[in-house]
Amino acid sequence: MFHYFKRAVLDILSNRFLNVITIVTIALSILVVSTFVLFFENTSRVIDSWNQGFRLVAYLGESFTPSMLPKLTAKIQAMAEAGEIRFIPKEEGLALLKQEMKNRSAFLETLEENPLPHVLEIRMKRTGLEWDEITAFAKTVEQLPQVTDVEYGQQWLGRFLSLFNLFRVTGYAMSSLFFLIALFITANTVRLALYSRRQEVEIMRLVGATDRFIITPFYIQGLIQGTLGGIVGLSILLIIFLVISLNLQESAASYMLFDIQFLSVKYWVIIIFGSAFLGWLGCYLSLKQFIKY
Amino acid sequence: MLWGGDRARAAPDLLLNTYAKDEMETRDPIIRLFNVSKRYGKHYAVKDITIDVDAGEFIFVTGSSGAGKSTLMKMIYLAERASQGQIIVDGMNLDRISHARIPYLRRNIGVIFQDFKLIPNKTVYGNVALVLEAAGERSAMIRRRVMQVLETTGMADKVNAFPPSLSGGEQQRVAVARAVVGNPKIILADEPTGSLDSESAQSVLDFLMQYHDKGATVLIVSHNMQLISSTVRARSISLADGTLVGTATML
Repeated sequence: MFHYFKRAVLDILSNRFLNVITIVTIALSILVVSTFVLFFENTSRVIDSWNQGFRLVAYLGESFTPSMLPKLTAKIQAMAEAGEIRFIPKEEGLALLKQEMKNRSAFLETLEENPLPHVLEIRMKRTGLEWDEITAFAKTVEQLPQVTDVEYGQQWLGRFLSLFNLFRVTGYAMSSLFFLIALFITANTVRLALYSRRQEVEIMRLVGATDRFIITPFYIQGLIQGTLGGIVGLSILLIIFLVISLNLQESAASYMLFDIQFLSVKYWVIIIFGSAFLGWLGCYLSLKQFIKY
Repeated sequence: MLWGGDRARAAPDLLLNTYAKDEMETRDPIIRLFNVSKRYGKHYAVKDITIDVDAGEFIFVTGSSGAGKSTLMKMIYLAERASQGQIIVDGMNLDRISHARIPYLRRNIGVIFQDFKLIPNKTVYGNVALVLEAAGERSAMIRRRVMQVLETTGMADKVNAFPPSLSGGEQQRVAVARAVVGNPKIILADEPTGSLDSESAQSVLDFLMQYHDKGATVLIVSHNMQLISSTVRARSISLADGTLVGTATML
């Protein structure tokens, strides 16, 4: 095996240009794929964290009086999803609004009566609920007679989720495309290497070399190219990530609602193995045709 | 340097395996051709040839250009397949041999090509060692055998040279060293002296005689009549237009 490995390394060194092109192509493909993985991993984490602290706001109608509160609270608390419930009377709501508007709150003084409704803030008991479960719970709360409206950021969150899903599909499509491009380039490199060395390969055959003896170094070469391409691609992504996250920390730390994290070790391993497999598959496709003689 | 002339007799035993010696003693045919033809389209390069080559024989295959000599050789080491007839080499029927067995057939045959067929980006050592590496031999053994053969062919001092830097005669010596390093039972040489001066040609022939003396079967394609007539105890097979037109034995 050491002999095959040595031959593969010597082959790479003697065809440096072609091999560098292949490694760079694989690295770029891995960079694109792992950028999508990085985006999805972080977005999924953010969505999870939103779900965990998820709140639902129920607006109560004119028919509601504070004396109905214990009965209403008990009704909601009986539902499986409901956790802590906080009642915000409309007076408190107006005070909060004034506090938030500060200097621009003068016009609120002119109001003859408080236009705000009483509000119930309901937290979810379980964390990490599915979007469908949240929607179903909100509908049940909305059907209560005293409740006029329920708000849980359904519009913007729903839009965000469909945008996220669109990104996911685009990500899959782009990743597949880049995988195919890298595969094509790797297969082509092996084919070119075979053509450039066809005389040598022919001589090897004539002196009694088996197919395994001839092709094994090519496979090792493919695995080396794939692994190196994966490592280079991930390293480029790490450098870009570090530069961007350092800049963000300096300039926009106060606006950051969450920490962006780099890919977990699990994904490092998956991506590098995937990249090595890509190199191997490229070889396999070229050599499969070559072996028929 | 042991290349050529009287020094040929000092060839080391490494050039012969005991199996080849046994073959020579029993004199069974090692190559058999039965009504072999090779056709390219409608044209016959070789037509209906039947011959037996005994183990340990020294044979010249002669004929004018296009007579089918090289095609006949190629069919023996399966660079070409016969269109008709059967060829048996060292007990293997080439018509039925599997793809996976072809390398093992070729390890029993050392081929010397007219154009040398050396790998230009491998050193002299690398070219000769390739045969043993392909056979999966250990590196210490490869080193020992290659150096011994290069010593015998007078190329030991050029071990790290690349073929393009060598003269035609030197390249042919490397090709001969590569053909014999694996101790094959059969040597096939296609015009091995065609591009060499008379001294180098005689040296190649001497070396092949010396290898033959140790028990190997040698087939040489040549139209160098001077060379052929100077070789004793050799059989000559003549081809014309792909057919066998005569055999003769030099005494």
